[in-house]
Amino acid sequence: MNYLTTLMLLPILGAVLIALLPKSQGLFAKYAALVTTILVAVLTVVMAREFIRDSTDLQFVESYDWIKSFGIKFAVGIDGIALVLILMSVILTPIVILAGWNESEGGRWSVKTFYILILILEAMVIGVFAASDVFLFYVFFEAMLIPVYFLIGGYGSGARTAAAVKFLIYSLFGGLLMLASIIGLYVISGQQGDHTFDLQTLSTLQISSTTQNLLFLGFFIAFAIKAPLFPFHTWLPDAAAAGTPGTSVLLLGILDKVGTFGMIRYCLTLFPDATKTFTPVIIVFSVISILYGAFLAIGARDIKRLIAYTSISHFGFITLGIFAMTTQGHSGATLYMFNHGFSTAALFLVAGWMISRRGSSTISDFGGLQRITPVMAWSFFLAGMSSLALPGLSSFVSEFLVLVGTYTRYPAAAIIATFGIVLAALYILIPVQKALHGPTSPGNENLSDLNLREKIAIAPVMAAIVFLGFYPAPLLNVINPIAQHTIAQLGFTDPVPTNGGK
Amino acid sequence: MTFTAPVLSYQLLSPILIVLGGALIGVLVEAFVSRKLRPIAQLSLTIGTLLLALFQVFTIRNSQSTTAAMGSVVIDGPAVLMQASILVISILAAFLIADTENFVPVAAAVPGSEDERRAIQSGQTLTEVFPLTLFAVSGMMIFPIATDLITLFVALEMLSLPLYLMAGLSRRRRLLSQESALKYFLLGAFSSAFFLFGAAYLYGYSGSVSFEGIRIAIAGGSGNDIILLIGIAFLSVGLLFKVGAVPFHAWSPDVYQGAPTPVTAFMAAATKVAAFGAMLRIFYTAFANAQWQWRPLLIVISIITMLFGSLVAIAQRDVKRMLAYSSIAHAGFLLAGVIALNKAGLEGSIFYLFAYGVATVGAFGVVTLVRDSTGEVTDLNRWAGLGKRSPWVATIFAGFLLAFAGIPLTSGFIGKFAIFSAAYEGGSKSIVIAGVLSSAIAAFFYIRVIVLMFFTDPQEDGTSVVIPSILTRATVVICFVVTIALGVFPSPLLDSIKTLAIFIR
Repeated sequence: MNYLTTLMLLPILGAVLIALLPKSQGLFAKYAALVTTILVAVLTVVMAREFIRDSTDLQFVESYDWIKSFGIKFAVGIDGIALVLILMSVILTPIVILAGWNESEGGRWSVKTFYILILILEAMVIGVFAASDVFLFYVFFEAMLIPVYFLIGGYGSGARTAAAVKFLIYSLFGGLLMLASIIGLYVISGQQGDHTFDLQTLSTLQISSTTQNLLFLGFFIAFAIKAPLFPFHTWLPDAAAAGTPGTSVLLLGILDKVGTFGMIRYCLTLFPDATKTFTPVIIVFSVISILYGAFLAIGARDIKRLIAYTSISHFGFITLGIFAMTTQGHSGATLYMFNHGFSTAALFLVAGWMISRRGSSTISDFGGLQRITPVMAWSFFLAGMSSLALPGLSSFVSEFLVLVGTYTRYPAAAIIATFGIVLAALYILIPVQKALHGPTSPGNENLSDLNLREKIAIAPVMAAIVFLGFYPAPLLNVINPIAQHTIAQLGFTDPVPTNGGK
Repeated sequence: MTFTAPVLSYQLLSPILIVLGGALIGVLVEAFVSRKLRPIAQLSLTIGTLLLALFQVFTIRNSQSTTAAMGSVVIDGPAVLMQASILVISILAAFLIADTENFVPVAAAVPGSEDERRAIQSGQTLTEVFPLTLFAVSGMMIFPIATDLITLFVALEMLSLPLYLMAGLSRRRRLLSQESALKYFLLGAFSSAFFLFGAAYLYGYSGSVSFEGIRIAIAGGSGNDIILLIGIAFLSVGLLFKVGAVPFHAWSPDVYQGAPTPVTAFMAAATKVAAFGAMLRIFYTAFANAQWQWRPLLIVISIITMLFGSLVAIAQRDVKRMLAYSSIAHAGFLLAGVIALNKAGLEGSIFYLFAYGVATVGAFGVVTLVRDSTGEVTDLNRWAGLGKRSPWVATIFAGFLLAFAGIPLTSGFIGKFAIFSAAYEGGSKSIVIAGVLSSAIAAFFYIRVIVLMFFTDPQEDGTSVVIPSILTRATVVICFVVTIALGVFPSPLLDSIKTLAIFIR
């Protein structure tokens, strides 16, 4: 069965179906979108069961000619990393739809447009993770900006237009740099054989080191803007604060992972030598991201901005793990991407419910929610604990792996990054204390607790956070072989930890 | 002394002759057909002529002999492709021109005069524009197939003179329209003079006006290089003027704004194909061996053109002026295809020209639809909230803008990729970097229009979208479908371009 193309076609079909509905059928559009995304999720799980864990080759490969005269193929195939990220995306999408059941109603356009955009976005996200043709990847990478742009600008709040434009301009700029690099690769592939965009073939090209460095930068800057890494991060807080909570989950939880995923899949495989050249610089920027994001989060007054800033810190950890060039670092980074998706989703969704009930997103407007709305308060608390990587919750495993993996090669970076954990405790506990504990401040007395729909939406997220905290093996078993393979391909061996004294 | 009759190869010339014949019949229609029947007669004559010519181009696409009219024109693969592009674009533009609402009823009436008022009241319509269009089309069809400087110059004047007139025919803001026509004419005359001056020098250098003669003379390398350089430089000025490259671009914003919008669509799209077609041929064949002389200069002009067009477009408040500056930026991108000087560059340029032409006609087609009680509204501020009132029109216009910006899954992206990869392959990486940067700048103002249409609340004063005539609607929809189709499935067109795009010297 052609799983990957089917997975991409399903949401498109759903979108077409919704587009054919009359405008008044908003409710039906919601159910149609929910059912479609659940179907996609189920099908992905079915596919995942057929995935051969120990293989490092691309699986479920499909390839069709697309633009023959440029050697472009519609070629897809996934390895363990892509599988994990697709799983995360397709599980989060129906949760976002269910959790933000009413957030499509305050927009500039109709309810159904909102769900059409979400479904198109889902198809493109699956495509961007599955593509094994660089050109195809680029097409998805750029095209998926458009639905997000309209989701933020059309259904967000506050300075949504400005935030949407800022998001689009930053991303387009990065994308165009990547386009220049892709053109370079294309021409070089033509000089050394047939023109092609096949990832496997491109990774065997002989490229002079100057050219390789430039091409690497084109890709890396695009990914660093997307991820986002300091100093390319300034679009993220605006976009996350302006979007609906659901959009922000899609943006931070799923789309930004394309950046870190791209670093592994494209930067490392295509330009191994340039990767080694730039690794020290990238390590430094990762560490800066970790600390700078954390400091910004501590100072944040707006709850959505706070979550965005914590993500900058977390993306610093992920990049650190990727460029530490150890198996633990790599596995940890991939696992981190998955876990960050869920803990950010939990934080954003609960924060979104708090904001819509209170009518304000300023942290100091909340107070004593514990007594008024216990379920909502506990959900926020648990999500926060996951974000600060409390042992026993999923993020702890990945953060620990990243730090261990980094320490064996870059001890100084690992030690400085560890301060990020301390700062994380601050930026989470301060809002927890202000909003949840203490006396109930005026304006909060009449807030209602989570209703059944919201509980159903948040339950799987919480379950995943707790379950994977105790038992991450199902994911690690899929991730580890490909992580080892990538490190070996780059010519690194894991440093053996030495026993300090003897 | 014996006299040999010239061999003309009428079959190869037939597309051009059909268009010219149609234009002449059009003049007769003006004289003899009653005023009431004229619009429909002229429109069907024009469309019929263009379709017949297109069919004829299709039948001669694989003919054995290639030169016609004693070797002064050549019908090779690129020639067929360019003629077909020009014809397709002209048919689409003719649909827009059919909406005579945009034209002054009597061109000779002084603006604001009693004559003008009476003409409007009597419900007269202007139909001369159809034969004028056909004359311009015939010039455009000769321009990219000419193989000597004399034919090239005749074609240049043939396509320009009707356009000068057509630019002055706008029904509203007539003074602005006439001013733009005069400006276009004067500057066009200047550039023609430059062109002739350059042609004279090239003749002086090579002793021949044919491209082949010039090529052989350059390859021989015995002539005076200074004379050659002067010749190339002045000839290029004439050509660069027509494509609107910086620093010869000054006419284009004024003319784009002043001319009736359907004429702007026709001029912007079809002239570009013709002018770049001629430019590609002359630089790829006649001047190919002198590439070390002209390439550095063209690289500089290309980079300045794309950056200038993109930067200045940001400051525009009028949609037609914005599209004019955007077309300047696109001229810069297209120059990259000339500079590439390889087969990929030729293929990419032909694809880009067609894709850009179609999107341009479509975009101006949308502009003709957005009106208030006094006529077309081109002030961008008053386009605010268009997405709310007319979501389809706004969505289609956004599609064209995204194509201009080169977003994937539109024709503009494939074109941009084709041209930039060819330029990279041709060794001019600086152009690729500049192109990518100016694309990023350009994206900003395209997106701003999308923001205005979709994210800004509509103003009170009644800008509205008129119910389009069937022809205008057809044009806009066809252009939109082609723009998206060429972005998603460009293979058929790219493949046929690949097999045909070889210049025959």
